[in-house]
Amino acid sequence: MAAMLLSPTLLVLALVIAYPLISALYQSMFRQQSGLDADGFVSEGEVFVGLGNYTDLFVGETGARFLNAFGNTTFFTVTTVALETILGLCLALAMNRAFRGRSFLRASILIPWAIPTAVSGLLWRWIFQSDGIANNLIGSEILWTAEGVASKVAIIVAEVWKTAPFIGLLVLAGMQIIPEEVYEAARIDGAGFWRQVRSITLPLVKPTLLVAVLFRLLDALRMFDLPFVLIGPGKESVETLSMLAWDESNQLRYGSASAFAIILFLYVAVVAIAFVKILGADVAGTKEVRALSRATSTRKVKAAR
Amino acid sequence: MTQIPVIPAVETPAEAAPKRLGKRRGWKSYSVYVGLAAILVYCLAPFYWMLVSSFRRTSDIFDNSLLPQPFSAENYFKVFDGSTMFGQALLNSLIVAGVTTAAALVLGIFAAYAISRLNFRFKSVILGVIIATSMFPGISVVVPLLRLFTDIGWINTYQAMIVPNLSFAIPLAVWNLTTFMKSLPFDLEEAAMIDGCSKWQAFRKVLLPLAAPGVFTTAILTFIHSWNEFIIALSMVNDPAIQTATVAISKFTGATEFQAPFGEQMAAGVIVTIPLVIMVLIFQRRIVEGLTSGATK
Repeated sequence: MAAMLLSPTLLVLALVIAYPLISALYQSMFRQQSGLDADGFVSEGEVFVGLGNYTDLFVGETGARFLNAFGNTTFFTVTTVALETILGLCLALAMNRAFRGRSFLRASILIPWAIPTAVSGLLWRWIFQSDGIANNLIGSEILWTAEGVASKVAIIVAEVWKTAPFIGLLVLAGMQIIPEEVYEAARIDGAGFWRQVRSITLPLVKPTLLVAVLFRLLDALRMFDLPFVLIGPGKESVETLSMLAWDESNQLRYGSASAFAIILFLYVAVVAIAFVKILGADVAGTKEVRALSRATSTRKVKAAR
Repeated sequence: MTQIPVIPAVETPAEAAPKRLGKRRGWKSYSVYVGLAAILVYCLAPFYWMLVSSFRRTSDIFDNSLLPQPFSAENYFKVFDGSTMFGQALLNSLIVAGVTTAAALVLGIFAAYAISRLNFRFKSVILGVIIATSMFPGISVVVPLLRLFTDIGWINTYQAMIVPNLSFAIPLAVWNLTTFMKSLPFDLEEAAMIDGCSKWQAFRKVLLPLAAPGVFTTAILTFIHSWNEFIIALSMVNDPAIQTATVAISKFTGATEFQAPFGEQMAAGVIVTIPLVIMVLIFQRRIVEGLTSGATK
């Protein structure tokens, strides 16, 4: 019964997750070759290179590009998630203290989240034009959308704008299940606002916050749309691993593209596993699943009696 | 974590709280309002700027006034004048996101029912695997499937976007629906079965109507995610007649070669975003519940 209900889902997931993974592993061991053979004819085809695509990641031109993309991905992930977490916490704290107009606030905080990333890329590209509103407001003449540090800043600003509200919303939900009595008791004991935040809100909201941060980490690691639209493909200062893999597959170099995709997958998996193991984020709610299956089995026992 | 029931509605503590605020209306309560105003500006200002810019004429697109002067809808006419196939792109987005959502819901409902109501071996492993797939990077799906779809001639078809979209839509749907179904008491179905309903009847006549709000929330979330999808649609399709709206506007170069048509881009951006903004305004409470139900458990 369960197998019948689950098999369609698992079948589709096998096609769109397991097959790509295996196929990428396989393809990453080949390399597109084109050249002249001994008779002077153009020969094209793929040759088996084993782990060649992977060893190439650390040498030569491809290596430099890969390391740059790897660095960019890591840099963007760390900076944006750190900023989002701080900002999201502040948003949640402020909203938790708001009593009127909360539904209006909630709707407006959902808007950055709901805007398609491609559209927000366009929007920030317009804001960051050389004679656009950003330069106008801060009285500068920075070329935000060209190569360089400024473009990294532009990406970070746009990404944080879009995703901090998401963290804020999740954390707010976590804050609202903290019973009011706890705060009341703290107030009676003479704890001020900051003391309450530090000793009650933060510890109790930590599980929710961890899950939110994990989601954001995994999402930031595969960043693609925003740099692609805001700055453009093939720009050294903002190229992420996803963009690099996409570019390679666009050039029909499936071998190295697959290798990059595999590396990114491993990177995401390692971060996820490390996060869950070290910080103990209970993402799947597995404890709950176990509790539930226990509950249903005792119910069965009762029914049998 | 602990078995916390689904958060009833985000507003409950808020409604209970106003009396607390009434007593001390000092600088503190004003600082709250300043904070809220800052949040509003933060969230809405960029979107507002897109809206304002979309209503400027091409000649005064670089104006920095807060209202368009004079007001002009010329960008919107240009977006739909036919040279860009933007209307077609919107329709494509609707088809792709709609079919993805429907397929993910159908598969998700059965899977969630099995996980939340039936006992079988490896249950938590299967749920874990399904959830783990949602963190799979889009590009790792795209590269191998691009090749497969090239070989079987699927490039420039809807299914080339819909099938890979399921890689994120199914985990999303299964997870949301499972959390929701688990929160529903089993007793009602049990009662129905004692009264002679089969398992299927209990599912169809008792559980499904009760789960309708959860199904609806899941549908909204899945639709928004699929509507916003970019990398798959960008890679699998290069024919403007098939591409989706998010890809279409990223390739918007407009009629003039010399300068990026920012006005038209902003107008197109507004059009792509408006359906989502309307959904957010109407269903905000459901969306927030759906987004947070997993994380706070």
